[in-house]
Amino acid sequence: MDKPTRQFHVRIQEALNDPQIRANFRRAMDGLMTKRANMFPDPVELERLRDLGAAVRRNALAQLPELLERLEAKCAENGITVHWAESVDEANRIVLDICRRHSAKSVIKGKSMVSEEMELNHYLGEFGIEALEADLGEYIVQLAGQLPSHIVMPAIHMNTRQIAELFAEKLEGVGYIEDAEELTKVAREILRHKFFDADVGVSGVNFAVAETGSLVLIENEGNGRLTTTAPPVHVAVTGIEKVVENLEDVTPLLSLLPRSATGQNVTTYVNMISGPRRDGERDGPQEVHLLLLDNGRTRIHADPELRQTLQCIRCSACMNHCPVYARIGGHAYGTVYPGPIGEILMPQILGCEEVGALPGASSLCGACGEVCPVRIPIPKMLVRLRKEAVDNTGASPVKGGGAQRSFGEAATWKGWEKVHASPALYRLATRTATAMGGLPALGPLKTWASVREVPKPAAKTLHQRLEERGNSR
Amino acid sequence: MSGSRENILRRLRDSRETGAAVGRDFTVIEDLQWSGDEAVARFTGLMRAVNTEVHETTREAWPAKLAELCVAKQVMRLALAADTPVGQAARSVLLDTSVETVAYSRDIEDWREELFFQVDAGLSTAAGGIVETGSLFLQTGPDEPRLLSLVPPIHFVVLSRADFANTLLEMLRRHDLAAGMPTNVLLISGPSKTADIEQTLVYGVHGPRQLVVLLTD
Ligand code: SF4
Repeated sequence: MDKPTRQFHVRIQEALNDPQIRANFRRAMDGLMTKRANMFPDPVELERLRDLGAAVRRNALAQLPELLERLEAKCAENGITVHWAESVDEANRIVLDICRRHSAKSVIKGKSMVSEEMELNHYLGEFGIEALEADLGEYIVQLAGQLPSHIVMPAIHMNTRQIAELFAEKLEGVGYIEDAEELTKVAREILRHKFFDADVGVSGVNFAVAETGSLVLIENEGNGRLTTTAPPVHVAVTGIEKVVENLEDVTPLLSLLPRSATGQNVTTYVNMISGPRRDGERDGPQEVHLLLLDNGRTRIHADPELRQTLQCIRCSACMNHCPVYARIGGHAYGTVYPGPIGEILMPQILGCEEVGALPGASSLCGACGEVCPVRIPIPKMLVRLRKEAVDNTGASPVKGGGAQRSFGEAATWKGWEKVHASPALYRLATRTATAMGGLPALGPLKTWASVREVPKPAAKTLHQRLEERGNSR
Repeated sequence: MSGSRENILRRLRDSRETGAAVGRDFTVIEDLQWSGDEAVARFTGLMRAVNTEVHETTREAWPAKLAELCVAKQVMRLALAADTPVGQAARSVLLDTSVETVAYSRDIEDWREELFFQVDAGLSTAAGGIVETGSLFLQTGPDEPRLLSLVPPIHFVVLSRADFANTLLEMLRRHDLAAGMPTNVLLISGPSKTADIEQTLVYGVHGPRQLVVLLTD
């Protein structure tokens, strides 16, 4: 087993042994599943809506290069500057350049998973620019020096007591208050001053509309609106796959996303931004930038089956419904995107050397594929990526394909192939196993057998019994 | 930088088979329709379910209702766009009260601190209401500044029932927004809220703590 895989297994073990994590996630996921179910009382309507949602995303990916060009042209018309980055390094440099041009000291951030992908806060910090998360969950996680454990509810792994302890420890003049309302008030006051002072606001994008050059952002708190409105400069960072063709295309996605995610029929705010402050307007940023990040997405796009990964609208329903995620929590995956979407996306971005074991963290129960609002066949893709991780053709389209192929595994399958290709060997093998009363509990079988009964073969093989009945060939 | 653009576009072009558009059938959304009374009941029901105050009033009576609510909520300073019909009506009725109106007619740079820390409420005009989700539909511009509906702790909105649309799709089509967008198209569905602390619902995070809708005929 390679090192990253070993570490992954250690994290899983630790998470499983932590009753706090198990309780926090179990409670949260049960609630989210019920809320989602209540939001889709009519199964026929849901399936029609999923058809439309999937069609919108497939259409966008089918015409991706054209739509990106159209988006760029429309944004330019609207006064939005578009930047392109192939890697996270390049993306970080672009954001830093914009900050430097405005002599920015502080950056306020709305929730953005792509900025997590870039590790932007850390990067800007190295250049003396403070990047502060304004979404309450992200703020809590940043204060704790952790990473989000869920893509929609970043601090879901903590309970009120843990957050009260954190605030008391980290925030000056704040005592221990185990009350969500009071804790929220504390954060609001601190962040309001930060919004007031911030030089640059950085946000993500839920959908970018090629037809109108608009950036659509959804949220409940108002931090997204403040981030994109209060500071003089707004930088939106997003993956190249987030584009949709027409303005109307956002309507089914806006209907599916919040209902699938948190069981709300709409988020408190939906904001469609189409440019900086115009003549006669009294507020809004003077500059708006859109940063389009590749980071492996063009490679994913190249394979027609794997391309479906890019349909994702980051609703989190797949993780909310995943029995593995509910037990091990988001941190065990060790990647920016956890859960089923992370299991298919991260190996393609980071490569199978790093995280080729992720697609194995699934029982293939199928729940993720059933709830995905844009019909990504996640279970099928998990199987495909398991195959790519141990690919032996040397031509895998996935980064680091074949990296998980171990000598032991390769030798085992070679042996299996030999045995099954020769009747004599096959008989010898099955008879030996029967005579020994089963396979010895060694290697992986030992771990497996530590919590399960190893099946015992019958006293005689089928061939032996047929021979005894005189039916043998 | 432009090299990255070319590289990304080239890789996307090289690797795909057709590039043909995929058809989209919007009837599942177009089918959603509510008649007059049903629409009002649904809209107000959904809005109230997320802690919005909805007051059903009339075109003539809403300014008096606003004045009454401002006094009850102890609003000292109310920001508004002075040149709009809603702003003008509010100003004239509030002249006789203790509530001071603040015209949002300067660039934000000149009075940021005041808006952030010394204004209790904002008054804006909704361009419509969406029945499916119970959402206010706002278009920002000189008469509807972006921060007016966001920074003050209480947000009053005047909305006419005549401007209801069944769905966002219908609203986008009615205003032909695909042909041109204002700086922000906003849907607002309730006061600002969070559930980030152990999923406990708390109203009033970064945006207004109270959303008050004056629903006219
Ligand atoms: S894969 Fe599907 S269910 Fe999972 S986050 Fe993406 S859109 Fe949601």
